[in-house]
Amino acid sequence: MQKAYTNIIQIAGDVIIVEAQGVGYLDIAQITGARGTSLAQVIRIDSKRVSLQVFAGSRGISTGDKVRFFGYPMRISTGDNLLGRIFNGSGLPLDKGPLLSENLTAIGAPSVNPVKRIIPNKMIRTGIPMIDVFNSLVESQKLPIFSIAGEPYNELLARIAVQAEVDIIILGGMGLKHDDYLFFRETLNAHGALSRCIFFIHTASDPTVECLLVPDISLAVAEDFALKGKRVLCLLTDMTNFADSLKEIAITMEQVPSNRGYPGDLYSQLAARYEKAVDFEGAGSVTILSATTMPGDDVTHPVPDNTGYITEGQFYLKNGVIEPFGSLSRLKQQVNGKTRPDHRTIMDTMIQLFANYRETVEKQSMGFQMSQWDKKLLKYGVLFEKDLMSLKVNIPLTEALDLCWQILADCFTPEETGIKLSVIQNFWPRCISASKDPEMQRGGPKQ
Amino acid sequence: MKNERTGRVINVNANMVTAQVDGFIIQNEVAYIIHKEERLKAEVIRVRANRAEMQVYESTQGLKAGDLVEFSNELLSVELGPGLLGQIFDGLENPLPALAEKCGFFLKRGVYLEALADETQWDFTPLAKPNDKVLAGSWLGFVPEKIFKHYIMAPFSLYGSLEVLSIAPAGRYNLKQPIAKLKDSAGRTHDVFLQQVWPVKIPIRAYAEKLRPQEPMVTKIRLIDSLFPVSLGGTYCIPGPFGAGKTVLQQLTSRYAEVDIVIIAACGERAGEVVETLKTFPELSDPRTHKPLMDRTVIICNTSSMPVAARESSVYTAVTIAEYYRQMGLNVLLLADSTSRWAQAMREMSGRLEEIPGEEAFPAYLESRIASFYERAGVVKLYGGAFGSVTIGGTVSPAGGNFEEPVTQATLKVVGAFHGLSRERSDARKYPAIDPLISWSKYKSFVNPENQEKGVAILRRSHEIAQMMKVVGEEGTSLNDYIQYLKGELFDFVYLQQNAFDPVDEATPKDRQVYLLQFICGILDSEYQLEDKAAALKFFQALRQLMRTWSSAAYLSPEFKKIEEQIAVLLEDKKAKKGK
Repeated sequence: MQKAYTNIIQIAGDVIIVEAQGVGYLDIAQITGARGTSLAQVIRIDSKRVSLQVFAGSRGISTGDKVRFFGYPMRISTGDNLLGRIFNGSGLPLDKGPLLSENLTAIGAPSVNPVKRIIPNKMIRTGIPMIDVFNSLVESQKLPIFSIAGEPYNELLARIAVQAEVDIIILGGMGLKHDDYLFFRETLNAHGALSRCIFFIHTASDPTVECLLVPDISLAVAEDFALKGKRVLCLLTDMTNFADSLKEIAITMEQVPSNRGYPGDLYSQLAARYEKAVDFEGAGSVTILSATTMPGDDVTHPVPDNTGYITEGQFYLKNGVIEPFGSLSRLKQQVNGKTRPDHRTIMDTMIQLFANYRETVEKQSMGFQMSQWDKKLLKYGVLFEKDLMSLKVNIPLTEALDLCWQILADCFTPEETGIKLSVIQNFWPRCISASKDPEMQRGGPKQ
Repeated sequence: MKNERTGRVINVNANMVTAQVDGFIIQNEVAYIIHKEERLKAEVIRVRANRAEMQVYESTQGLKAGDLVEFSNELLSVELGPGLLGQIFDGLENPLPALAEKCGFFLKRGVYLEALADETQWDFTPLAKPNDKVLAGSWLGFVPEKIFKHYIMAPFSLYGSLEVLSIAPAGRYNLKQPIAKLKDSAGRTHDVFLQQVWPVKIPIRAYAEKLRPQEPMVTKIRLIDSLFPVSLGGTYCIPGPFGAGKTVLQQLTSRYAEVDIVIIAACGERAGEVVETLKTFPELSDPRTHKPLMDRTVIICNTSSMPVAARESSVYTAVTIAEYYRQMGLNVLLLADSTSRWAQAMREMSGRLEEIPGEEAFPAYLESRIASFYERAGVVKLYGGAFGSVTIGGTVSPAGGNFEEPVTQATLKVVGAFHGLSRERSDARKYPAIDPLISWSKYKSFVNPENQEKGVAILRRSHEIAQMMKVVGEEGTSLNDYIQYLKGELFDFVYLQQNAFDPVDEATPKDRQVYLLQFICGILDSEYQLEDKAAALKFFQALRQLMRTWSSAAYLSPEFKKIEEQIAVLLEDKKAKKGK
């Protein structure tokens, strides 16, 4: 079919240069040699010199290998056939299932016209009070989890995936440890969610270039489902590995680095992926949850920093809990006014009091005297951390709100909370007729 | 004029394409790359021998060496005329709603639509008469557009004295029908239409003189208006880390600022934020005119996932439209969010051109580009004697929230006011999160300058004491200092902070600000008889509570007066004891 070119004139890093003509930018090629075949993508054209990034890495490629150009960009099969399947970063099956070649769609499609988006308005309930009550997750939101390497961010992602009411879950793993990959598979399987999952897995031992494709492939598939009216949750872990792969290729291509070696277009590259989160007018939606590990717990590192400017908030995972300060869901206002009338009041009051608690702890550690009020705050803080912050807690939103009231009632008088009288009258636990819920009485006997 | 010049693509490197050209090349001219049926817009940004290096305003996927390139002989330009208000354009002035109708969900590349609908008929009323002598930019007539008289002006591109040969009688015309004929000093005649075209990167200079910005622009944000004001025709910048509330501040300014027209340039930011503006503005009413806010707004939107080169041009498109309405004697506010993304677009291009990088790989010309952009703001006296202004407010998103980076520093050199947002203030849920200790303004406020100074002074003093208290504790602080600290906290809490969700408190008009600031300065100046710190804290907490409620009461309403009396009683109580 297509002409095969054999004059590879340079091999450096995972990028090779071949002399060829009539090649389109970003087209896909196949390299065939003695050590097997690999796909590659055109990343620069300099008259006859065509630079290709080789998905399987350049190790073992010979200057005598054959390069065939397909004449189209990277494509991925879409549709229901993918459900329950596991693929690698090039879209090849990792399970024992067949190779798919129907309903091909190009990856990296153009961006959505802003006038065809709608204002997000549906809450995703996760059963985690720190999310549901304080930073509600909204359908079509793009939200990263910022954490350091040892934190249980993958566990958190898996838990949200299992509990979220969505039609399809797509997991894009980048530089994932093999154990983590097995963990995701087992967890989703144990909850019977595997049949609505699609995995695109690049493990830490796979070639760098494949890592670059994972978000694009995952999101192209997600977008296709969304256009068909499905609500898709896309988990991307870990985006820092993606950024590092970008860095590697950029340096190989001799681009001028901007900040800590990352290319100048890091922001645009990350945005192109995150902005795929969308709620279509008259169709489905794509929600993106990602993990971004912060090297050295430094939020000003280029990757978390650029990510923060792109995404609609962030969850800080620190010491195994979602930190209430710094964590933010920019879209929570769109949904938390419609859940229960006390939701916003509770959210603000609890956080303000918790901030006071943190100050008190600081004061205590510096040896200042503890007043009566300080002691109340200390009691409050302990209950808050144990009953709400712990990731072990798994309760629906209304129950979590009731629990918040119970904690307040255990520690403070109504006036001390500064809550408006009208809300107090309706929600202060004494006013709720004898509790119907054992969960709610829990705070009581502790006194 | 139509000497077709063409070339062939030889290099493709992301959004930079190099073409080999037959004939001459004009720097910054627009070229089209022909790829199958698509025509992709590009701009020449560097010429080397017979090679034109172009930035492409679209995705370059699939382009091949050998693809045809057509050169247009024109610089990147926008259409200016009636019909811009209420529209949503991309960075190249493509109307997005029309594009959605044509192409559906996605922004298909290579589709360029007319910015203004040619067939729309406008009611034209002539002002000029045959034989009148006019200049470029003179008003020849007007059409009604929303609530404004949209003046039709002699084309800005003409030079010298122009003679009106003929002018159309009052009636309905569309954009393509000539409404006047002008003769220039060289004897050439020019047709005038309701619309004209102007290259975006060149400022419109059709005015008599540029003046110093004097009159304050009322934003109804107390912290800005009273302490760090912005003048009509001035420039200001809002740098801040992510999550500090830059965009919220811009959104509220775009709603409440007392200007005629607001141009929003959403440059490389989240699409979701633009969606919120464009879905809510048609429903919100302008407090001054009670017409939908959209009627005075133009949105230029090039969100972060749209092509980078068009992001670079989007701020120029926005400022050109702002200048155009200024020429009609209107006060225009341009809000650019965020200029850092624009600077990054320059950096990306500079990297591909393999220019020698400056600090953090930004190009060496970063500062001059930023300066010349902000210099397009200003108050001008038009030939007819009317005044118009363009005010520019740009947000800056410094990497890591560190203001020492090149874009913030380059911006600070050229703006007249600096509203620095801080993470601490936003974490403490203080809105606006502008840090009064680092911000500054060179413009005059409408409040009493003495009060303005007093406000800043008490904040500084209070901050010093707070720092000290962290070390020595409350016990080690003198009562006098403690009261100063509480005064500063009170000023911050009840005057600087506003509740963005309270219908009254979210926007404070001019007269109320003057009154309130005078009132609070009275409190700051007075001395109170307070036995100990606990009593002081109690007193100021009670005061704070009352004044917060006061902020939510409509100005001069019975409730407002009632609370004012309560506050007066509370104050008098503590003052009176001192006298005895």
